[in-house]
Order: sequence, then C-alpha cells, then structure tokens
Amino acid sequence: MSPVRITLDGEPFTGRDGQTIAGVLLASGRRSWRESPSGAPRGVFCGIGVCFDCLVTVNGVRDVRACRRRARDGDAVTTQSRAGEEAR
Amino acid sequence: MSRRVVVVGAGPAGLCAAAGALRAGAEVTLLDAAEDPGGQIRAWPGFERLRDHVLGHPRCGWWPETSVWSIERAGAGAPRVHVLRGEIDAAGRDRHVLRPDALVLAPGAHDRVLPFPGWELPGVSTGGAAQAFVKGEGLALGDRTLIAGSGPFLLPVAASLLEAGSRVQAVLEANPAATVARGWTRRPWELASQTGKAAELAGYAALLARHRVPYRTGRAVIEARGDGRVEEAVTARLRPDWSVVPGTEQVAAVDALCVTHGFSPRLELPVAAGCRLRAGAFADVDADQRTTAPAVYAAGEITGIAGAPAARTEGLLAGWIAGGGPPDAPEAVAVRRRRDRARAFAARLAAAHPIGAAWPGWLRPGTIVCRCEDTTYGTLRSTAADDSAHAVKLATRAGLGPCQARICGPAVAELLPAGNPHHRPVAQPIRLGELAKPPVENPGRKESAR
Repeated sequence: MSPVRITLDGEPFTGRDGQTIAGVLLASGRRSWRESPSGAPRGVFCGIGVCFDCLVTVNGVRDVRACRRRARDGDAVTTQSRAGEEAR
Repeated sequence: MSRRVVVVGAGPAGLCAAAGALRAGAEVTLLDAAEDPGGQIRAWPGFERLRDHVLGHPRCGWWPETSVWSIERAGAGAPRVHVLRGEIDAAGRDRHVLRPDALVLAPGAHDRVLPFPGWELPGVSTGGAAQAFVKGEGLALGDRTLIAGSGPFLLPVAASLLEAGSRVQAVLEANPAATVARGWTRRPWELASQTGKAAELAGYAALLARHRVPYRTGRAVIEARGDGRVEEAVTARLRPDWSVVPGTEQVAAVDALCVTHGFSPRLELPVAAGCRLRAGAFADVDADQRTTAPAVYAAGEITGIAGAPAARTEGLLAGWIAGGGPPDAPEAVAVRRRRDRARAFAARLAAAHPIGAAWPGWLRPGTIVCRCEDTTYGTLRSTAADDSAHAVKLATRAGLGPCQARICGPAVAELLPAGNPHHRPVAQPIRLGELAKPPVENPGRKESAR
C-alpha cells in the first residue's frame, strides 16, 4: 500500500492508502483537531458521521467529517472552530 | 414494465431488501452514504455472496457515496427521493431526484450514549467508533481502553479492540447481573432458533476470559477526567435503577474510553416521509414491513433495535413486498416466521439491558449535554421549568448544532418534556451551491458508479 501524505495546519502526517483523515491523525497519536464553541478540544466521538465533532476543512472546503473522508495524498487539512464558522 | 424500488441503506436490512425486490422482479436502485455496502456491521455470515449477487444483478443499480438530503411526499404515490452523489461532504456533489414506485428505508442506527461529566473529552468515543476504526483501518483508538455502557454490543467492541492490540482493562455493564441473567435465560426455547447469535456471544465471553478482561455487571463510568484528553475514568457501582451507590467510586487510568448505552434508530427519513412512529421511538410497520406512508417500507433498526439477524429478514420481506411479490408466497411466509423469531430473541436481549431511569443523577450543573453547542445540564434545567421543547431549544441552543440533536436528542427528551426529537427538515447537510444547481436528469436505467 502506498503512503498518503497530508498536512494538518501545515504539520505533515503520513498514513496508509484507504485510511480516513481521522484515521491518519489518530494513528499518529493526534487526538483532537477541532474546538467546540467554548474553545474545548474535540476529536472523534461517533466515528460514523453522525456527531459532527470531527469536522475539518479539506483543501479549502469547510465542514468535512474527518471520520468519513478518505485521505488523499497531498490533502491540506486545516482545523476549524466555531469562531471561524461565525466569520464565514 | 417492472416496478422501480429505491432502497436507502446497504447494511444488513437494505442489502436484503434489494435482494428481496430483485427476486420479486423489480428494478432496484440501492443507495448508501458509504463507499462500500455492509453498513456498520460490514461482515456477517453470507455477506459476500449476497453483496456479489445484489451488486452484480442486471436489474440493480448500486449508488455508493450517495446521501439522501430530502424526501418529498407525492400524494398517494411513493415519495420522491432527493440525493447527493459524490465524495462525502465535498463541494459540488451532483443532485439527483429519484421517482420510485416503492421506497424501502433501511438507514440503521447509531450508538446512543448518555451524557456524563467529561464525555466530551477527546479519547472518549462510542463503541461504534472503536469498532469502525478497527474494522475499517485496523486501528485501536487507545492502548489502555475501558469499555462501558450496556448491551451485548459491548462484547464485539471488546473483541475488536483486543484484536487490534489494545489492552482492554474491563467491560462494564451498567445493569446488575440479575437483570442480565433474567433476560438471557428466560424463555430458552427462543434461543434454539438463534443458536448462531448465542454461539457468537459465547465466543466473545471466551475471548474476554482468554485475555483476562473482566466483565463486570452493575458498574458504570460516571465521569471522565483529563487535561485536553481522557486520562482517567471514574467508575461506580450502580443500583438496578442506575443510581450511584455512594462510596463505590474507583479511578482507572485509561487513554481511551468507549461507551455505548444502546442504539438510536435513524428516524429522520421515515419522519420526513410521513411515517407514523410507534411509541414515538420507531417506524410503525405492519406484518409486511409497510409503514403508514404510501408505498414506503421500513426494515432493520428503525423498526426496533433488534440486530442484524432480524434486520436481514425484515429487509427480505420489505423488498419482496415493495417489489410486488405476493404476500402469501411460501418464501414470504417462511421469512415472516424467521423474522418473528429473530425479533423475539432481540426483545429478550433488550429486556436484559434496559436503561435505568436514575442516570441523570450522574450529571452536574456544568456537565455538557449538547456536545455541538456546549449546552450544560444546569442551563437546560434553568430554562426547562416552564418552557416548551421548542422554546428550550431556542433558549439553550441544545440540539441546534451540526448534528441536529442526533446525539443529545434522546437525552434531552428524557431530561425535559420534549416534542419530536427526530424531525429534521434537512436529513443531511447540503451546501448552498449544490442546492442552487439543477438536478442531474436520470435516464431511469441501470446505472452503477463502479
């Protein structure tokens, strides 16, 4: 399987082909990547696309569920918070 | 011309519904939000054969990565189904409108987790999440895990984590041993027809024993603690009503905590289609899986949490009837009998794992109830005293976040006198650009993405 290289806020992460974005981050030991409205860290909760806790921005597109989206080589992922949502 | 049947969801119920409708001679379009069929269960005895049969059938169109975002009622006929096709949450997915003769809804369920202090910490997840990452990516969510909640599902979660190399500290079943044992051993004749399921459960028990993982009953996680991520779980003994026995608290060091107290059926589609609910909790169906909405059938967990074996038989029957198969055909009669046995077994398991009414005793004023909006128990209580459910929602924002109350809805409904927690005008998020784009016209013929 070929490696998949993505970045999260510029920091590089390497995963395996077929992994989700959340899977790549979790496998590297990263547990959280989103901030709740009060600024608390959030990561994966439901793992199946129901809770929306793991939302990230992928290549400029906001509100992507990291637990459902397959990571693609070169994906530039950025974290998002509610403050960003309000500024939209 | 043969009947056109749309099946939503390709888990055990939906895949079997597609097979039933194909057998009845219908033209089938099978949709699922995921890239592959199988649902949350992903593999069950006979899955691969069934998948190959259905997906390879000349009268079946398989639409992966397809989300239903709206169901439009159409008088006495089957509703129109508005879908988005394309990579999950991508911008610019294609819109399609399906106009079937009959619709089978099999969207399944997701883990139900009761709130407790600290459940929002990273590292606390549902059992379903742990299961999904092991099965999908071979990844354990932690090295030192604790599994807690209620129900037989905790066992396969433990098995998955062990398989992925995690050290499972314990499996905690909140209900007391007496309740679990009563449910499991009552009416043993029902067990005879479900020996596969019973053997599966016995296999998990043996696996836990082999890895020296204790299965403790009458104990629950009542708090998660940690700085930015879960580091400790506070467990306590519970009375049968799930009130905490004071002085029985223990602290366990963990880096992952997997909690599931049962399942919530995904009711937004049946509600949007106008299906009547049974006891406000499940899609009401007749003996042939017909809902109260014209030409809409329901199968699987949305008709009652009964697990994959019941879902498969419900799907077969729903598909057969939706596809125009005669209800008195010998195979329909046999499937009905198998379905009733599977449901009886499931009812028994449900009786062994009820949710205790005193669980809100775990909550503190600062405990987050709505994860999307960070609404606390204290805020909910202060506004709830004399307001309607709608007013509480607006005042506290509980249930107004991106998950649209899928996670907190059942808990909020128990904490307050609430309205219908399942009504969601938009079933799945759709971007404005996608809404503005006209739908792609379908030739109405077989169409498979791969």
